[in-house]
Amino acid sequence: MSLTVEETKARNKELIEEVLKAYPEKTAKKRAKHLNAFEEGKTDCNVKSNIKSVPGVMTIRGCAYAGSKGVVWGPIKDMIHISHGPVGCGQYSWAARRNYYIGTTGIDTFVTMQFTSDFQEKDIVFGGDKKLEKIMDEIQVLFPLNKGITVQSECPIGLIGDDIEAVSKKKTKEYNGHTIVPVRCEGFRGVSQSLGHHIANDSIRDWVFDKMDPEKNTFEGTPYDVAIIGDYNIGGDAWSSRILLEEMGLRVIAQWSGDGSIAELENTPKAKLNVLHCYRSMNYISRHMEEKYGVPWVEYNFFGPSKIAASLREIAGHFDDKIKEGAERVIAKYKALTDAVIAKYRPRLEGKTVMLFVGGLRPRHVIGAYEDLGMNVVGTGYEFGHNDDYQRTTHYVKDGTLIYDDVTGFEFEKFVENIQPDLVGSGIKEKYVFQKMGVPFRQMHSWDYSGPYHGYDGFGIFARDMDMAINSPVWSLTKAPWKKAA
Amino acid sequence: MPQNADNILDHENLFRQPEYVELFENKKKNFEFAVPVDKVKEIVEWTKTKDYQEKNFARNALTVNPAKACQPLGAVFVANGFARTLAFVHGSQGCVAYYRSHFSRHFKEPTSCVSSSMTEDAAVFGGLNNMIDGLANTHSLYKPDMIAVSTTCMAEVIGDDLNAFIKTAKEKGSVPKDYDVPFAHTPAFVGSHITGYDNALLGILKHFWDGKSDTVPKLERVPNESINFIGGFDGFVVGNIPEIRRIFKIMGIEHTFLCDPSDNWNTPTDGTYRMYDGGTTKQQVAEALNAKATIVFQEFSAQKTAKLIAEHGQEVVVLNHPMGVTGTDQFLMEISRISGKPIPPELELERGRLVDAIADSQAHLHGKKYALYGDPDLMLGLTQFLLELGAEPTHVLSTNGDEKWAAKVQALFDASPFGKNCKVYPKRDLWHMRSLLFTEPVDFLIGNTYGKYLERDTGTPLIRLVFPIFDRHHYHRMPIWGYEGAMRVLVMLLDEFFESLDANTIIPAKTDYSYDIIR
Repeated sequence: MSLTVEETKARNKELIEEVLKAYPEKTAKKRAKHLNAFEEGKTDCNVKSNIKSVPGVMTIRGCAYAGSKGVVWGPIKDMIHISHGPVGCGQYSWAARRNYYIGTTGIDTFVTMQFTSDFQEKDIVFGGDKKLEKIMDEIQVLFPLNKGITVQSECPIGLIGDDIEAVSKKKTKEYNGHTIVPVRCEGFRGVSQSLGHHIANDSIRDWVFDKMDPEKNTFEGTPYDVAIIGDYNIGGDAWSSRILLEEMGLRVIAQWSGDGSIAELENTPKAKLNVLHCYRSMNYISRHMEEKYGVPWVEYNFFGPSKIAASLREIAGHFDDKIKEGAERVIAKYKALTDAVIAKYRPRLEGKTVMLFVGGLRPRHVIGAYEDLGMNVVGTGYEFGHNDDYQRTTHYVKDGTLIYDDVTGFEFEKFVENIQPDLVGSGIKEKYVFQKMGVPFRQMHSWDYSGPYHGYDGFGIFARDMDMAINSPVWSLTKAPWKKAA
Repeated sequence: MPQNADNILDHENLFRQPEYVELFENKKKNFEFAVPVDKVKEIVEWTKTKDYQEKNFARNALTVNPAKACQPLGAVFVANGFARTLAFVHGSQGCVAYYRSHFSRHFKEPTSCVSSSMTEDAAVFGGLNNMIDGLANTHSLYKPDMIAVSTTCMAEVIGDDLNAFIKTAKEKGSVPKDYDVPFAHTPAFVGSHITGYDNALLGILKHFWDGKSDTVPKLERVPNESINFIGGFDGFVVGNIPEIRRIFKIMGIEHTFLCDPSDNWNTPTDGTYRMYDGGTTKQQVAEALNAKATIVFQEFSAQKTAKLIAEHGQEVVVLNHPMGVTGTDQFLMEISRISGKPIPPELELERGRLVDAIADSQAHLHGKKYALYGDPDLMLGLTQFLLELGAEPTHVLSTNGDEKWAAKVQALFDASPFGKNCKVYPKRDLWHMRSLLFTEPVDFLIGNTYGKYLERDTGTPLIRLVFPIFDRHHYHRMPIWGYEGAMRVLVMLLDEFFESLDANTIIPAKTDYSYDIIR
């Protein structure tokens, strides 16, 4: 039944040829560069990435605003993030990403609220700067405990020539140095969410770090200080990661940005090491902190026990024996748990195949967790990855794996239809398409309202979720019995 | 160790374990530099005061937690209601990802929609090339019968001209010359999603009735006996349209739904993914011109469309989301009057059963105070229904309702003794509602999923009857229109009442004397 590597490659190549036939010639040529079967030994996946989506094909991608407000800035809990422009962007992204946090919402924390300047025609015609000033005044009255404000630009802002930087400077001065960050993350910038991450990272550099008065920062560091970078605490991921770092003897001084606060951002340059989970969305600020403050950074992967253990050791490698012993202690402590989880679920999942299409780090990072459960990832791709993501992917995927960058709705459907994986992991827009086809599915952005999936505590939930998706009795009911026989 | 393979703890329990509670405390104490607890408490209490309410209602620039979305969402809703039609939104692509997610989270169904993926170069040079390539790709890849174009705010700000662009795209061979590409400009900075519904539907009717952008002769109206039905933007559309269809069938009235997404957002899981299912066909749209009359079920969702139809010589009956007994009576009497067909005993029986149910239960709802928010027509319908149940719609709020709407709500208040202490709030948001729920508390809140934050902060139990509903499943499958729909709404109101009463009397030896077995 199962194909050899060569057969798989041939099948995948054939499939790619097949889907390209449906496009007009010009588009087929463009899309061909994004699709490939991975060749073992290559340094990348031999696909083009981070280039414009083709119009009209149903790309799964979002925009720069989504990358800034939705990903990087939105989870910073004690600041107010204004969706600046028309009402929609903030409305559709309102509390949808499950960035868990602790706080009294509306009083000292604001993550699951939708603050918008609700642009009207007159704001487009006459500009929105005056309105933005007024909004900041109103915020200071009604939400006096906010620790700062960000301005998340929607498309019109950059098109009508508003000067949100001037407004931010003026109001910072007026409110005694209150942190106010203008972010030029208009949705039309760049080709996906990715540029929004970069712009948001840069805005932290320019409007948080560069505005800090080192004299005033009295935070005292220790030799064991680390910051978690690029964990958005979806379903509590950063918490089930933090607990492990603390248990091995490290002090986590900041979370970027899930359940994060402005103070944590400001104190991060004092860390001894930045540990970076989502490389794609926060490598920029990590590199900056390395250059400017001399904070080294290391990538890690907290999906599944194999990768967690390797990551704990890698992180500990940056510290002394006390921490190295701590890492071993943590690995040993949780061994019974992970062994039990694997003993319970691996027999139910062994040999099952998975196709992924996600953003950020997950198209590669979760592969190890599936493999810990005996499952094989047979296809994967990034919504907004760059070539450095596809380089990193080579360490995870098997020879012949189908790779699809910025996959279109049509391609994804055809690939799944032909390959018939046991599970598809992607987003809400894809979920119901595949479930209608009778293919088990898990949302791998929001953890399908479950999670956490990070860390040892998260792995148990991950395993349980994959089992219940694949082994649900509902999949045996999709065909009516009177039609099954034939 | 908190987690256990034999009993996997989910997030809601995992993070209550002592290890995590300690972790949260340490994080807050050592790293967050959080506001002191006393200060937080002080501000919490202050936000409950009249003083805070005054400051809150004085704001005129900031919007917090609005109950409205932007125009293109309504346009995508409309496109989904036509047979084998693909929504094509001209502008930034992120918007389309948002509309699709938003609808899929509510309906738990796929939502197809493409973008012309305009980026910075298009912002400078215009999006003509995106339209040319986009239409060609959409047409060859997804083979729709029709592509319904609308716009994001980006395309509107730079002034892209859809009519000219589509014409040029056709000349360049993106789609055949006679291929149907109705369009609508749907700027996000004007109106809301209901305005987008109106504009998109208007665009489709104009296209088919008024000569397809001067490429064919305008259609001549040849009146017949049929009635058109326009439902408006409706989160319960999957349940509501079949209910209205059932009523039309019982009455023996020929009818056409102008925009019917009830199949497209209700496809089976049987091994086949249907990208298109059901919906109004192009032929039906063309023939709808000949109808005797059009029922517009939600006035504020179809104001321009209603005007266009009237200008084409049809009677247009404009309603405000009629529901409940009186509302449904009004709807039935209108279609009976127009068609000349009597309301049959079968529907009278349904009515009687609804009135019977209300009589059985009215004591539990009489005098109960409700706060409600949502789209303007739905608010009118719910207000009317609550009043006839003897309940008091104390706060009626709409972010996208204007003064004209407010006057209509006030007229309903004025016509009922139960409306005496009720107030309407046009152009307000859920942060305004929060103040109202503190300063003038009510028994229940009717709203969408976002109302749960108000429930949390103010303790007002939430009844979900407003789009979007993300955190409860399948409500949209059941109608809230017609007598049958009213029955469903009645049960929802009662369920919440009984649940609240039980929750309020459940403490043993303290309150459980009222924990009655018969209610």
